Amino acid sequence: MTDINAPRGPASPPKPAVRTARPSVMQRAAAERTQTTIGRRRVVNVVMVGVTFGAAILATLPLIFILGHLIVAGASSINVDFFTQIPKPPGEAGGGMANAMVGTLVLILAASAFGLPIGIGAGLYLAENRGTHLANAVRFLSDVLNGLPSIVMGIFAWQFLVKPMAKFTALAGGIALGAMMIPLVTRTTEEMIRIVPVSLREAALALGYSRWRTSLVVVLRTALPGIVTGALVAVSRIAGETAPLLFTVLGNQFWSASLREPIAALPLQIFNFAISPYDQQHALAWAGALVLIGIVLIISLAARFATRSRFGLGGD
Amino acid sequence: MATEPPRAPVPTAVTAPPPAAGAERRRLEVASLSAYYGSAEIVRGVSITFRDREVTAIIGPSGCGKSTLLRCLNRMHETVPTAHVAGSVSLDGRDIYAKGVNAIEVRRHIGMVFQRPTPFPTMSIRDNVAAGLQILGRDKPSRAETDHIVEDALRRTALWDEVSNRLKDSAIGLSGGQQQRLCIARALATRPAVLLLDEPTASLDPISTQKVEELVYELRRDMTVVIVTHNMQQAARVSDRTAFMLMGELVEIAATNTLFTTPSDSRTEAYITGRFG
Repeated sequence: MTDINAPRGPASPPKPAVRTARPSVMQRAAAERTQTTIGRRRVVNVVMVGVTFGAAILATLPLIFILGHLIVAGASSINVDFFTQIPKPPGEAGGGMANAMVGTLVLILAASAFGLPIGIGAGLYLAENRGTHLANAVRFLSDVLNGLPSIVMGIFAWQFLVKPMAKFTALAGGIALGAMMIPLVTRTTEEMIRIVPVSLREAALALGYSRWRTSLVVVLRTALPGIVTGALVAVSRIAGETAPLLFTVLGNQFWSASLREPIAALPLQIFNFAISPYDQQHALAWAGALVLIGIVLIISLAARFATRSRFGLGGD
Repeated sequence: MATEPPRAPVPTAVTAPPPAAGAERRRLEVASLSAYYGSAEIVRGVSITFRDREVTAIIGPSGCGKSTLLRCLNRMHETVPTAHVAGSVSLDGRDIYAKGVNAIEVRRHIGMVFQRPTPFPTMSIRDNVAAGLQILGRDKPSRAETDHIVEDALRRTALWDEVSNRLKDSAIGLSGGQQQRLCIARALATRPAVLLLDEPTASLDPISTQKVEELVYELRRDMTVVIVTHNMQQAARVSDRTAFMLMGELVEIAATNTLFTTPSDSRTEAYITGRFG
């Protein structure tokens, strides 16, 4: 410490013997300047650290505030009924969101079934054909798709799926959500595959593996933990989407797990209850939001856990 | 080999029956081979014969094309974009670059081990060794046969005693030297006719290096080995014949003893006496 903060430059190292004990005027002036500079740097340092610390706290504050409020407003409505009952008619006490949870699960499965194979396949293609015009174009378009507002996706799904079928269906919602997953999964797959060393690919080729087998058995499998993480992140992102569902699955007050029928979903149910005039439904909406956040939290934790795999390269 | 285990019939499209015992059993013949990356000619018209049951070392300064030459011998060179080859390489008289010859088939008969150990991180030790057997389609050996082949390959690489009680563990847990011997075992499991080693000890400590060298010395008993090395002492220790390459050309090839004591080319002499390179 003392060494670093000691005045440096012309005034600093005491040269014994030759020098006189008292520093000259010039030396004293230089030392003073150095002291002022260091003093100012210290202040700037403290201020900047403080600012970034404040920003870090502010960044987590919304989540803490939201969680806190949800627990206050919604926890009282969470009971066994909430997880086992379907909604009661407006004005009646009790009831739950069990059908909406099942619906969200069905939608997530449908979206994954549609989005994951396409996303992983596209990511594999991008990673294996880097630098080609097609790969660059696909990468760019997938980034654009990633930024596409979800309401646009909803309108699109309504126009091309709901309208031709003349019916709101879970399938249309699943496809809309799956389409939203694709760009995320594509990019994480590409990134994860790119960190698989070329030497592994060569080793497989040298054993007589064909190109596709090398990609599938060696490269994709090595990158799998990272890809699973990406898939889970994508799932947690679409789990709470509401806008595409408004146009596609409509919502359902009753049990349904069929892909061909309108289906309930947590975000939709929350939306419907939140705009209803009944206090008791408002409370259920808060509880539903709490459960939805809980689900997203669990998926995020699962994503972290997936990267700590025994085999393979980790995600982050 | 006396203790040869029951062996699954490996497709023999490329390996013809061994030629009748003669004075010199040619296995791999390279004829005026040139290798390119884009328009850069890395290997320039090399002709060289690798004999059966011999270890041939290829030495030369960095960038002389020795690794590229090696990669041409099992058609790995062409896996890099813009890389291409002219000339021919014949395994037991059949040109591996001829039309209709499948590169994948070629690589099953000409094994390769790289500079750095490359165990597959998602596979156990056993599955790593068996990796080359899993892709044989209808000729894939049964589970018991596979276990047998794995044990044999691990014994040949002197790994069996070290890993026999943790065959199901990840291969990543092994030391660097063990990983490299595992990669050699993996290459041996498919019983290739030729084994190519690209500076196999470059990333190993001296003790592991010694183990690998002993192994290479043993391998000559039943296969053709080509080893590229930076290390002239290593070439002298393990090889029967040594080839010296310079700037993409083959300068000379001779019995290892001869090359290191009385080279016929002055450039070889300059290199082995340390005047350049």
